[in-house]
Amino acid sequence: MRLVNLTVSAIAIAAAATAADARDQVQVTGSSTVLPYATIVAEAFGENFDFPTPVIEGGGSGAGRKKLCEGVGETTVDIANSSSRIAQSDIDLCAANGVNEIMEVRIGYDGIVFASDVNGAEFALTPADVYGALAAKVAKDGAVADNAATKWSEVNPALPDQEILVFIPGTKHGTREVFDTKVIIEGCKATGAHDLFLATAEGADDKEKKANADKACNELRTDGRSVDIDGDYTETLARLDADKTAVGVFGLSFYQNNTDKLRVATMNGVVPSVETIAAGDYPVSRPLYFYVKKAHIGVIPGLKEYIEFFVSDEMAGPDGPLAEYGLVSDPELAATQAAVAAETPMGPLE
Amino acid sequence: MTDAAVPTARPHRASLLADDARMKRRKAAETRFRLYGLSAIAVSLATLAIMLWTIFSDGVSAFYQAKLTFPVTLSSDLLDPMGNGNRDEMVKVTTVGYNKLLTRAFEAELAAKGIDTGELSNKDVNALISKDAAGDLRAMVLANPAVLDTTITAKMLAAGRIDGYLKGRVTMQTAERDGQISPEQLQFADRLIDAGILSSQWNWDFFTNPDASDQRPEAAGLGVAILGSLYLMILVAVMCVPVGVAASIYLEEFAPKNRWTDLIEVNISNLAAVPSIVYGILGLAIFINFMGFPQSSTLVGALVISLMVLPTIIIATRASIRAVPPSIRDAALGVGASKMQMVVHHVLPLAAPGILTGTILGLATALGETAPLLLIGMVAFVDNYPSAPVEGFLDPATALPVQVYGWAQRADPAFIERSSGAIIVLLAFLVVMNVAAIILRRKFERRW
Repeated sequence: MRLVNLTVSAIAIAAAATAADARDQVQVTGSSTVLPYATIVAEAFGENFDFPTPVIEGGGSGAGRKKLCEGVGETTVDIANSSSRIAQSDIDLCAANGVNEIMEVRIGYDGIVFASDVNGAEFALTPADVYGALAAKVAKDGAVADNAATKWSEVNPALPDQEILVFIPGTKHGTREVFDTKVIIEGCKATGAHDLFLATAEGADDKEKKANADKACNELRTDGRSVDIDGDYTETLARLDADKTAVGVFGLSFYQNNTDKLRVATMNGVVPSVETIAAGDYPVSRPLYFYVKKAHIGVIPGLKEYIEFFVSDEMAGPDGPLAEYGLVSDPELAATQAAVAAETPMGPLE
Repeated sequence: MTDAAVPTARPHRASLLADDARMKRRKAAETRFRLYGLSAIAVSLATLAIMLWTIFSDGVSAFYQAKLTFPVTLSSDLLDPMGNGNRDEMVKVTTVGYNKLLTRAFEAELAAKGIDTGELSNKDVNALISKDAAGDLRAMVLANPAVLDTTITAKMLAAGRIDGYLKGRVTMQTAERDGQISPEQLQFADRLIDAGILSSQWNWDFFTNPDASDQRPEAAGLGVAILGSLYLMILVAVMCVPVGVAASIYLEEFAPKNRWTDLIEVNISNLAAVPSIVYGILGLAIFINFMGFPQSSTLVGALVISLMVLPTIIIATRASIRAVPPSIRDAALGVGASKMQMVVHHVLPLAAPGILTGTILGLATALGETAPLLLIGMVAFVDNYPSAPVEGFLDPATALPVQVYGWAQRADPAFIERSSGAIIVLLAFLVVMNVAAIILRRKFERRW
């Protein structure tokens, strides 16, 4: 009986302590693509500042933004990392829960690369090749036909005479969006399939027709040659290890950490690297963001310092540790730094 | 004498010593039956052996770590520019400043020992020192400014790829294709080994260091996770045992047998089978969003896990209370004990070994649980140790299985070894708990 009393009072004390103590470390959640960058910054932040190291969770961009929008207060997170831009639905959810001012911080760009086993054949891909290999329907002799290609060489004679098998990020990944828009739709347009889809697309106006044509482009084949990977890049790597002839989609930083196991494919003849992405030569890249709840600045100790440190030249600059790890630094970093210093909240989405 | 006594001829049975066909079939069936059981055990043992072999062959290397040993003079003109030993002034020197000091000391040592750096640039040479080393040194100096201007023998972590080279994960062939290390650097590392500067040592840091970022796998350790798991176990035990035992005693000894107690019984058995992620969702909704407990804290984790293991503990406790013979109860009541005295003086002590075993096994399952922790923010990068209890229960922490999961997703291959190493530590914890359960049962068990 005394034990029961003790437990109850211990919980009561704990509850009282929570109410009295302000949370003293920054809480971050969101994209698993941004996670390694955020941990690098957090670690250096904890080393060099007198604030505790921020706690950083992964779990996905969408889930992170939803958590950010749960409300204002110490039990909610301060920052959501995101590998895609915030959506209007998130902003509406935020507003409904009293989160009115959000700061958008773009930290840089991330490249997406195609890679195969290091001892396998070399791939020199174009978006049209990828589309031709993976789409459910392709343009053939001026008409839409089911994709019958089984080997890369059937798609493009210059490619290896090898069975088509590609591991792509699953639909819940932020990476998939970039893969769809920057590779598949581009390839769809390049092969002429997009025009064919557009000609038969249903819709009230041109905009709706175009959206439907895009959707038709994004239909990938379901005969097992295009495999969705819902796990992380480590899973893709393990699958490539088991299937030496397959091609996988990775983040640039992941590839750079595993260059001894992976052979990267060129895209439009360009080798992906921090430099070629920064110059805009390598086409498949996307911006990375984090979103800050402005109401927490000044309440949670170290929050402002952390975001300023994140975008500082010594972290996010072209010679900083983030760039070394694979982040393509933002040419407009100075503007971001100014916006962070002034705590400018983001305006409505265009 | 009737002819009933006349022994009838048994045409099928020639001899008792030689089996006939039917007997042979029966015996064969018997043998097969035993073989099925034996092969089932063989299959499970083989699976276990394969699993353990993979884990150990990947993970044992995590307990060794390449370290560079060289003297470092902590000159105050670099680390304390104001020269007054004031901590507030000294914190302005960041890890960049400390890194400069370290690399300078490293280069001086190379020159002193006359080690040929070959074609390597200074940057390539210094890349052998872990990025974590400067932070380590800074924390040490700030904690004890008296070490300024002395020369210490620093044992600094070597970079992850060099560590991999000493463990055979990185070879000259992979280094050629690797953007982070070159064969020349590996040859240089060989010379450092010969000079006694670089060596592989037992890795206490693996048990004490907190997690580290992707750029410094060599510094990642289980410190925060072990503390977090320990706090979780303490809290779960404190919360579950009283509630579980009280509930079981009431249900077994006092509750009337009616529809309500039947309903409660069915519910307890059902709750024991609910997937653990459900408790995580519940925990997020109630403990964090409604009651306002802090995210990622061990308190919330323990509350969630308590809910999860409570049914298991109640079921085990009830079984051991039921196993106490009724004669004990009757005798106690017969000599005039009250019902409470009967329970506290006689039933509980006799049931204690069973309760203990059940609780320990319940805690062991809780120790390996990640799913409910996922939703309450304990699956995270936590770099600071939680402070001492009771306040520490509110600090963010991770747990051992969470760390395994987190490291398995990292890009750098060095984390694979860490992940397996963490599994070994987790297995060791589980073995200790299960052995404790067996010993307690053997020691206190009563047979009637």
